[in-house]
Amino acid sequence: MQSTSHLFKDNVARALKDEHLQQALGHVRTKFIVKRTQAIDALPEFDALRDAARDLKNHVLSRLDEYLVEFEGNVVKNGGHVHWAATPADARRMILDICRKAGAKTVTKGKTMVGEEIGINDHLAANGIEPIETDLGEYIIQLRGEPPSHIIAPSVHVTKDQVEATFRKIHTDLDPARNLEEPASLLHEARVKLRGRFIAADVGITGANFLIANSGTTTIVTNEGNGDLTQTLPRIHIVLAGIEKIVPGIEDAGLLLRVLARSATGQEMSAYTTFSTGPRRPEDVDGPDEFHVVLVDNGRSKLLGTEFEEMLRCIRCGACLNHCPIYHNVGGHAYGWVYAGPIGAITTPALIGIEHAAPLPEASSLCGRCEAVCPVRIPIPKMLRAWREEAFERRLHGNRARWALKVWAALATRPALYQLATRIGVGVLGMLGGRRGRFTSLPLAEAWTEHRDLPAPQGRTFMAMYRGKQ
Amino acid sequence: MSERKRVGLFVTCLVDLYRPTVGFAAIALIERSGAYTVHVPEAQTCCGQPGYNSGDKESALAIARQVVTAFEDFDYVVAPSGSCAGMIKTHYPDLLSGDSAFAARAQALADKTYELTQFLRDVAGWDGVTAEFAATATYHDSCSALRELNVRKQPRELLAKVGKLSFKELPDGEPCCGFGGTFCVKFPDISNRMVEDKVANIEATGADVVLAADMGCLLNIAGKLKRKGSKVQARHVAEVLAGMAQDPAIGEGE
Repeated sequence: MQSTSHLFKDNVARALKDEHLQQALGHVRTKFIVKRTQAIDALPEFDALRDAARDLKNHVLSRLDEYLVEFEGNVVKNGGHVHWAATPADARRMILDICRKAGAKTVTKGKTMVGEEIGINDHLAANGIEPIETDLGEYIIQLRGEPPSHIIAPSVHVTKDQVEATFRKIHTDLDPARNLEEPASLLHEARVKLRGRFIAADVGITGANFLIANSGTTTIVTNEGNGDLTQTLPRIHIVLAGIEKIVPGIEDAGLLLRVLARSATGQEMSAYTTFSTGPRRPEDVDGPDEFHVVLVDNGRSKLLGTEFEEMLRCIRCGACLNHCPIYHNVGGHAYGWVYAGPIGAITTPALIGIEHAAPLPEASSLCGRCEAVCPVRIPIPKMLRAWREEAFERRLHGNRARWALKVWAALATRPALYQLATRIGVGVLGMLGGRRGRFTSLPLAEAWTEHRDLPAPQGRTFMAMYRGKQ
Repeated sequence: MSERKRVGLFVTCLVDLYRPTVGFAAIALIERSGAYTVHVPEAQTCCGQPGYNSGDKESALAIARQVVTAFEDFDYVVAPSGSCAGMIKTHYPDLLSGDSAFAARAQALADKTYELTQFLRDVAGWDGVTAEFAATATYHDSCSALRELNVRKQPRELLAKVGKLSFKELPDGEPCCGFGGTFCVKFPDISNRMVEDKVANIEATGADVVLAADMGCLLNIAGKLKRKGSKVQARHVAEVLAGMAQDPAIGEGE
């Protein structure tokens, strides 16, 4: 996927003016937060589960190589194939090869963010193979020609009216007089359209929430059952997953499932949790003839052992997006690449380079709500600061802010000089602020006074007054 | 006679520059709350957050070392700000962990540093507020107090003792007000949306005054209230608790 993360400020300006987007984002602020809170209030051991989930992921990351090899061995033992993709280009080539060998014309897809990472849809389409998204949200944005704007709610930026307009524009074979007022009628129409595609597809591609090492099993959760149909109906099932998705055994997947759905949607469990272990066996009633797992690195292994390793604990629940005031206001597309919100602001620089995503870690008030809700306790604010440090060292933000900081630091480390300078500055500002007690505009402070008044200082510094009283 | 404990007041740069009253209110409160004497070291300026949060680690380190040196001899360090107390208490140990001369000292300082209302309740165990303030008040929790220091009940417990004060809880109180240090000038349009939401919630309570323990939030919230022409006042909670709320509210004239 082409990134526009470096143009974050332009993206923000557009997003703040987009009335449909602003209307659609209202749901994120209310619905997701309330439901998560209710689910967690009903589970007293939730914090203990978060600790256990964090510890489990840390353990896995410390032995990632061993678990991946164990996973591969078990997939092969079950009759499946594992493909190791170091880069997005590798993954695209591997998937296209599998599809071509199968003579595939259409590919159904369950939700996969790694698929966005490697740009698989465009690649398949460019090579004459039609990809069809089967998650309702993904289906909607595929029709609209957009990428997802949220990890678990890809079309959360779209209003119901916009969905209706899109369906009417694309589904031209249906009765133009049909009623599409209700969400249920929109859902029904998508189901009717997708049913035939499920059956006709030659290959099904899904993501994976977990890869279980000791059994070679992949796991996917959905609320629509589209993942099941994507992986059981076509002749070939391809699982596309990042290497960090591994867990040792099924009990470990169970632990993460308990925190995943609650954090994501406030459900105890997603409606469908599907485990896939190899291709169809002779005694199985259904399942694919071929089972492939494409393991994508794309820069993840480089994070191991660094201060950024902890972001690999992420289980892609979306809770940090749902609780982020920045995301609430600008939505997902403003972030300019696959992953939005706080996790996107730390992941994007890691995967595409801080030089291409420098504004993202800056766009946070470091309010810490993301870390407070993260089911695997990723210290997101700490990582945002770490990226800022890297950007500062590499001088990615120009010299003005840099000089301002250095002048400030030079003063702040010379208390006597600082107190003299501030005493004079505050005296002047206090006098100018005078009777009114505030400024409606002030040179060099336009970024503040554009939207709010600047309260005036009381007139003398505390340090000067305190000294006077001693 | 029991010996009085020595408390170092970390004034914070915004109280120093904008609102000296808060510093004097903090001193009065600490000294009323028990056998404490308050000292104000001359060698203090800022906690270093502007550098720390902008990636300028070198500057942040220099300032952190200066603060550790200036304050490590006190029994306690108190700041009338969740943000600056949080910087010292939760971030200094991390920031200075690689500096063998300072790592242990930073941790020792962190262990005895408190936000003002946290100190008054959790250390001094004080419930002797005698001030009166005839108004309906709501309270804004700063992100750092709430999530870095886990301070929520302390200011409410103290405010419950203020005479003639009626308290209205702020709806949807967890989100940031949009200040965020340099964030508010780096991303003014997003920051503005955040403070618009915060101010709307404040006004919905029908309160006459919004109180908080962080000058950053207060400058932002007061600035937005005034720009909207709102009658709601903004004050630091220490002024009200100490009975020193006679000065014009933040952003208001004579």
